[in-house]
Amino acid sequence: MIINFIFSAVRLGMTLLFGSTGETITEKSGHLNLGIPGIMCVGAACGCVSEALYTGAVGQGNANRILAVLIPIVASFLGAAFLGVIYSFLTVTLRANQNVTGLALTTFGVGVANYLIKTVEIIKYSYASSFFTAGFPFAAKLGGFGKLFFSYGIMVYLAIAIALITSFVFNKTRVGLHLRAVGENPATADAAGINVTAYRYLATMIGSGIAGLGGLCYVMDNLNGNWEYVIDAMGWLSIALVIFTVWKPSLGILGSILFGALYIASNYISGTNKALLNMLPYVVTILVLITTSIRNKKEHHPPAGLGLNYYREER
Amino acid sequence: MKAKESKREPLFHIVRRDHMPTWNRMLIRVLAVLAALIFCGILMVAIFHIDPFRFYRSMLDGAFKTPRRRWYLLQSMSILLCISLAVTPAFKMRFWNIGAEGQTMVGGLATAAVMFYLGGKIPTPLLFVAMIAAAILSAMIWALIPAVFKARWNTNETLFTLMMNYVAIQLVTFCIGNWVKSGSGILAPMSKYGLPKFGPSDYFPNILTVAVLTVLMFVYLRYSKHGYEISVVGESENTARYIGINVKKVILRTMALSGALCGIAGLLLVGGTNYTVSTSIVDNQGFTAIMVSWLAKFNPIFMILTSFLVAFLQAGTKQVSTDFRINESISDIVTAILLFFIIGCEFFIQYKILFNHRQKGSEQA
Repeated sequence: MIINFIFSAVRLGMTLLFGSTGETITEKSGHLNLGIPGIMCVGAACGCVSEALYTGAVGQGNANRILAVLIPIVASFLGAAFLGVIYSFLTVTLRANQNVTGLALTTFGVGVANYLIKTVEIIKYSYASSFFTAGFPFAAKLGGFGKLFFSYGIMVYLAIAIALITSFVFNKTRVGLHLRAVGENPATADAAGINVTAYRYLATMIGSGIAGLGGLCYVMDNLNGNWEYVIDAMGWLSIALVIFTVWKPSLGILGSILFGALYIASNYISGTNKALLNMLPYVVTILVLITTSIRNKKEHHPPAGLGLNYYREER
Repeated sequence: MKAKESKREPLFHIVRRDHMPTWNRMLIRVLAVLAALIFCGILMVAIFHIDPFRFYRSMLDGAFKTPRRRWYLLQSMSILLCISLAVTPAFKMRFWNIGAEGQTMVGGLATAAVMFYLGGKIPTPLLFVAMIAAAILSAMIWALIPAVFKARWNTNETLFTLMMNYVAIQLVTFCIGNWVKSGSGILAPMSKYGLPKFGPSDYFPNILTVAVLTVLMFVYLRYSKHGYEISVVGESENTARYIGINVKKVILRTMALSGALCGIAGLLLVGGTNYTVSTSIVDNQGFTAIMVSWLAKFNPIFMILTSFLVAFLQAGTKQVSTDFRINESISDIVTAILLFFIIGCEFFIQYKILFNHRQKGSEQA
């Protein structure tokens, strides 16, 4: 049972990890994107719809395992990144308020996703879920160890890989340094010759795309190909996770598994009223928020330019 | 490469406007709304193959056709307006309270709790007083929690208030789970303990309450000392400190007010409309209210217009989805497109684009 619990916690956690890695990239550039819930919905819908279109084109029996996984991933990334473009256009080019834009984007994303998903039949995309959840073939032979490390679907490994790569890029590369500079102090970054506009656009697009994969992961992996109208809740939880992990994607891997565990804990504990348990992820996030602000350590702070738009003329 | 680029002049550059006449600003916003509606019309033709004029007609019908619909429009508009009024003083102070959803829900939950435990046990007038007090106090406390941490340790209020929403949702689920023994998770309406009704419609008391609150809030923000302090803190905390304003006190007082108004919205929703509480009772109005308030530039009188616009869109698109059998998500999409247009048009109010002429030496001002 313990193994099953951890297994489920990791699966759900990776959905959140996609969201939080994406949001971290966005926030490092100084954008507090509250549109992540909508973006995750759109990512999920684009993935499912593209899968259904692919199935419609080749017939379900002829579906190629690799293409049936690859096409939704690409479509989901692109669809979600497009919402990132809308966000960046409004906040960077038109200098609109980030909070308001983000919330409008969430409304938009939820609406678009719910519309899109009803244009296709569930049978045409849900079958592909078995391709997504298939683990390594040798996992079964290794017993509990195999189940814990090798039996997850592709999205789980992809999430961890993306988080590690992001962490590497942030801390060890010039691009990461520039990105952090843009988020901390855009005026200084601009003076140093960094293209603030390009960094903010790209970071938001890539971040949104990655978050969109989280939506796909939730539908195809966690829900085994069923559509559910609570994907946006995953988005809000991902935003909480960003704070919880103090803007570090590598820490996000552990944090997301913990969040996944907290989220599903109520299913494993007998009792009549589980609502108080479901509160835990949010309460824990609030506690982290409070303790980091009280301890006031510099490396645990949000990027200094978070939520502020940059106007070169107004330095 | 770089030297080459710097010689070429950009096609245009952007300058902040000093001032724009009020009627000009209004014109730009009205144009944005029209552009959004035309854009939605085009979308309807392109995607759903619906005659755009029938689309607009159906929207108008959905909002205005029968007296019942008109009252319902006013009702949904006033709840939205009430929550928008609640978030406004905090926003003017640059305190990003996006927890109105949770604060309203807690206010509604407290109202329902009083109805549930005290209904029928104490005299009715006393019950009403208890409901009002419980709603206002509970929402106030819910709003003060993040405010205390913001004032004392500068804890990020956007994320804090956001998380409080989800705690509130779980709290509602928890209470309903305890109250409803059947386990259905639905609390039956307690209509007989509802707030008194009068006037031409059941919704009239709610609408009247919010109308009074709107005027009060306008006066409070525009003509009171508190309102002045709020705008100074919002413009610059350092200035506020310099002229002797106690910033912490202003933050706490304003958030208490913000929470109290959310509590009233919760009271109206539970005590005056639904007589029960559920996790979907606020129906994302707490988030929509943020946009309503921002679109009106935090002016309570303009907020009447913006909340009307959003309520109209929601009622209208609901009708469209039934008339043309499109799924209901169309409502969210159209609302969001309108918001994008209005959010975007602010740029043209605050900035102007100057095209550079191809003369040499035409340096920008």
